[in-house]
Amino acid sequence: MSANGKSGRLGRTLLWLIPLAFLAAFFFLPLGKILATAARSALENELGLSSFKQALSPLWFTTWQAALSTVLTLLLGLPSAYLYSHYRFRGKRLMRTLTTLPFILPTVVAVAGFTALLGPRGLLNLGLMKLFGLDQPPIMFMNTLWGILLVHVFYNTTIVLRVVGSAWSQLDPRWEQTARMLGASKRQALREVTLPLLRPSILAATLLVFLFDFTSFGVILMVGGPYFSTLEVAIYQQTMSLFNLPLAGILAVVQLLCTFVITWIYSKINGIRRVPLMPRLEGEILRQARSLKEKVALCGMNSLLALLLVAPMLALVLRSFLRLAADQGNRGSFTPGFTLQYYTQLFVNSNQSIFYVPPVSAALNSLLFALLTVVFSLVLGTLTVYAIFHNQRSQRWLDVLITLPLGASAVTLGLGFVITFNRAPLNVRHFPLLIPIAHALVATPFVVRSLQPALNSIPTSLRQAASVLGASPVNVWRKVDRPLLRRPMLVAAIFAFTISLGEFGATSFLARPETPTLPVAIYRYISMPGELNYGQALAMSTLLLVLCGLSIYLLEKLQPEGMNEI
Amino acid sequence: MNKLEVVNIQKEYEGSPLLKGISFEVNTGEVLCLLGRSGSGKSTLLRIIAGIEDCEGGQVLWNHEDMAAVPTHLRRFGLMFQDYALFPHLDVHDNVAFGLKTQGQNKQTIEQKVSAALEQVNLAGFARRSVTDLSGGEQQRVALARALAPEPRLLMLDEPLAALDRALRAQLQEELRQVLHHAGIPSIYVTHDQDEALALGDRIALLNEGQIVQIGSPEEVYRHPRSEWVARFLGMENIFEGKIIRLNPLTVSTGFGELEVANKDNKRLNIGDVVKVVLLSKDAEISDAKKKGTLLTVIESVFKGDHYRTVGKNDKGEKLVINLKFKTHPNEKIKVDLEATNPRILV
Repeated sequence: MSANGKSGRLGRTLLWLIPLAFLAAFFFLPLGKILATAARSALENELGLSSFKQALSPLWFTTWQAALSTVLTLLLGLPSAYLYSHYRFRGKRLMRTLTTLPFILPTVVAVAGFTALLGPRGLLNLGLMKLFGLDQPPIMFMNTLWGILLVHVFYNTTIVLRVVGSAWSQLDPRWEQTARMLGASKRQALREVTLPLLRPSILAATLLVFLFDFTSFGVILMVGGPYFSTLEVAIYQQTMSLFNLPLAGILAVVQLLCTFVITWIYSKINGIRRVPLMPRLEGEILRQARSLKEKVALCGMNSLLALLLVAPMLALVLRSFLRLAADQGNRGSFTPGFTLQYYTQLFVNSNQSIFYVPPVSAALNSLLFALLTVVFSLVLGTLTVYAIFHNQRSQRWLDVLITLPLGASAVTLGLGFVITFNRAPLNVRHFPLLIPIAHALVATPFVVRSLQPALNSIPTSLRQAASVLGASPVNVWRKVDRPLLRRPMLVAAIFAFTISLGEFGATSFLARPETPTLPVAIYRYISMPGELNYGQALAMSTLLLVLCGLSIYLLEKLQPEGMNEI
Repeated sequence: MNKLEVVNIQKEYEGSPLLKGISFEVNTGEVLCLLGRSGSGKSTLLRIIAGIEDCEGGQVLWNHEDMAAVPTHLRRFGLMFQDYALFPHLDVHDNVAFGLKTQGQNKQTIEQKVSAALEQVNLAGFARRSVTDLSGGEQQRVALARALAPEPRLLMLDEPLAALDRALRAQLQEELRQVLHHAGIPSIYVTHDQDEALALGDRIALLNEGQIVQIGSPEEVYRHPRSEWVARFLGMENIFEGKIIRLNPLTVSTGFGELEVANKDNKRLNIGDVVKVVLLSKDAEISDAKKKGTLLTVIESVFKGDHYRTVGKNDKGEKLVINLKFKTHPNEKIKVDLEATNPRILV
């Protein structure tokens, strides 16, 4: 790049200065405040050792539930990764789309789906009660460990399927064949050759799943109820219910340390040199299931995955139209019927409502925040990408810095905002823009990931050709970069939009009663007694589900050809 | 005396036939070269023999025993892949030791055999090197050592030299020849390079459109190509029509004059038959005006070191490629003597 005088240099400095300033103000400052709060309270000994002890119990539970969830996820994910990387079958495309669902589905929607299926007022329990004339729901889901584990498996199986599956499909089949030629049985070849070669991806997937389970917040809060408290939930309760900010700060520091260690190990594993050879023909190892054993395995695995992924969502939609009229004089007995009441009630500001506004305004808030998040994160992401592009050396630190908010949990982010922005004009109570700002912190790394490969793939010669043909730098950008970046920009925008729409962790700290977002409203309604409240939670979840489904559809459409394997 | 027989192998690929009934046998100490274009199904055939891939019909027999029920790892056949497929997570030593370990040999034996195998391919001292740091030639040798170390009953090599550059190829070709003949087991060597096949094979089987079109010793195949495809594949460019005008000595009248041809097959030929003639060699000489010869108009003359590759045409426009000692110029008219070109009849 030739220098374009002072203004060019200034422009390029601004490229990285603006994202950096944003990060400093809205990420590092809150983080620093948390550290300071924790350090102060530890030093003043007012909490000190005893509060660290208080952190131990949630830490222990956080760790073992994450470990258990991870093991269960691997048990389902690894066999499906094998099947998806080795077999062709009808409906694979559909299943592929279905498995993207958990990536983009807000926690509250997933939980609402599972309660609609398995909860005390869920379809399965209602059906069983009706069938056997029971007056208590026979299936316990809410406030149980297995409920938490099930939702975690729902969320993370896809990660194992994708990470390990794609590595497996790119593994040269000749290695296994060579092992077989050298006298290894199938089992030996798997143990001695295939698994060692897949080890980096399996480890990476395992750690990623563990990290997600470790930082799980919404699922534990809603499914676990009062009996299960992870670090995240403890931070939330200390902040929002008990107003014990020093203890919340200490918990957040413990949480940060743990995620930092996990992330560090993860990046170490990803740094391991990957195996260079690739199959010569695309899809070389994909084959049709022939034997009965193969067919049964494929069919069984797909049914299980479909059941896990589809059943809760289907139950959610169905249940949101289901009216339960209690039969007179017979407790626990009821007659189901079709109703639109839960939806129509969304527009009514009933006196029952815990908000001062009708639920539909939560939807409008969500849309507004999501649009603002798109604007913020696209601006920040684009600036970052160009800053890195013009100064490749900056990649190492700018890339890491912009990704850091993903490492800190959303709850920590929320706590940081609460601690930091408590004075006018930046006060969480009166400055609703803090919500899209928090969302943008989470969404920008995705925007960068989406734009960077596209920008790097534009050949320099194209820009040089435009310059030689007389285009000014601005015109070069308008005529060359912009049209080529339009598609990835759109993908990034949809990503940011969807992330904001479903964000719960940070928002639960920042949303005021009069400006709830959809996920916050769903959380409030779902934990309240009363058929109407529950129904409205399901109706709102269904709306959110439809919006997310639309996003997935658009993302699939925008996906470049050839990226659809696995 | 060990023997591999392949009987009437048939294989389909995406609905169309790839191999249409392949049969041949290979005996102890013999190297059979499978020669064919890429995509002709040579590698697939190896994989079928190895038991890695199924076939729609036919049999693989080892000493008359059908291998259909014997899984790959119990066949004790060695296979070396084109890009070697060295295990990247194991070093040179452990790669070579892999087959010995699966056989359950004891540690001492394994150490001895690994050292011997590495020595055989001139890689003594490479045992603890990582396979990803090796050059192409070194990788090829490790793969060969790994295939040979467990003492397979049969060795198959799939284009073992294709990934190497030319100079290295010539050197390793010589080494391979010695190793293969030293091994004393039947070997199948797949290649698309006719020079390699001629140099390495005790016999050559030419594969075209799913069938073996000719099989025989390199000399037989080269001197008596049975079809135009075989002749062209072996690098002969001068194939044209002629009419028999005399039977003793067998003489054919062609667009390039009357040529005396050898007729080893003793086929029934009559005067007046139209036949295809191939020139086995391109060596020709410019003859002076008085002697008999063929008149050519030069199209191009390209310097190739020890000769000029010269393309010319006769008055009917038929092209002829010959190697001349002298430079000629486009549109120059020359008279050449084709006696040294070894004309044959293709039937």
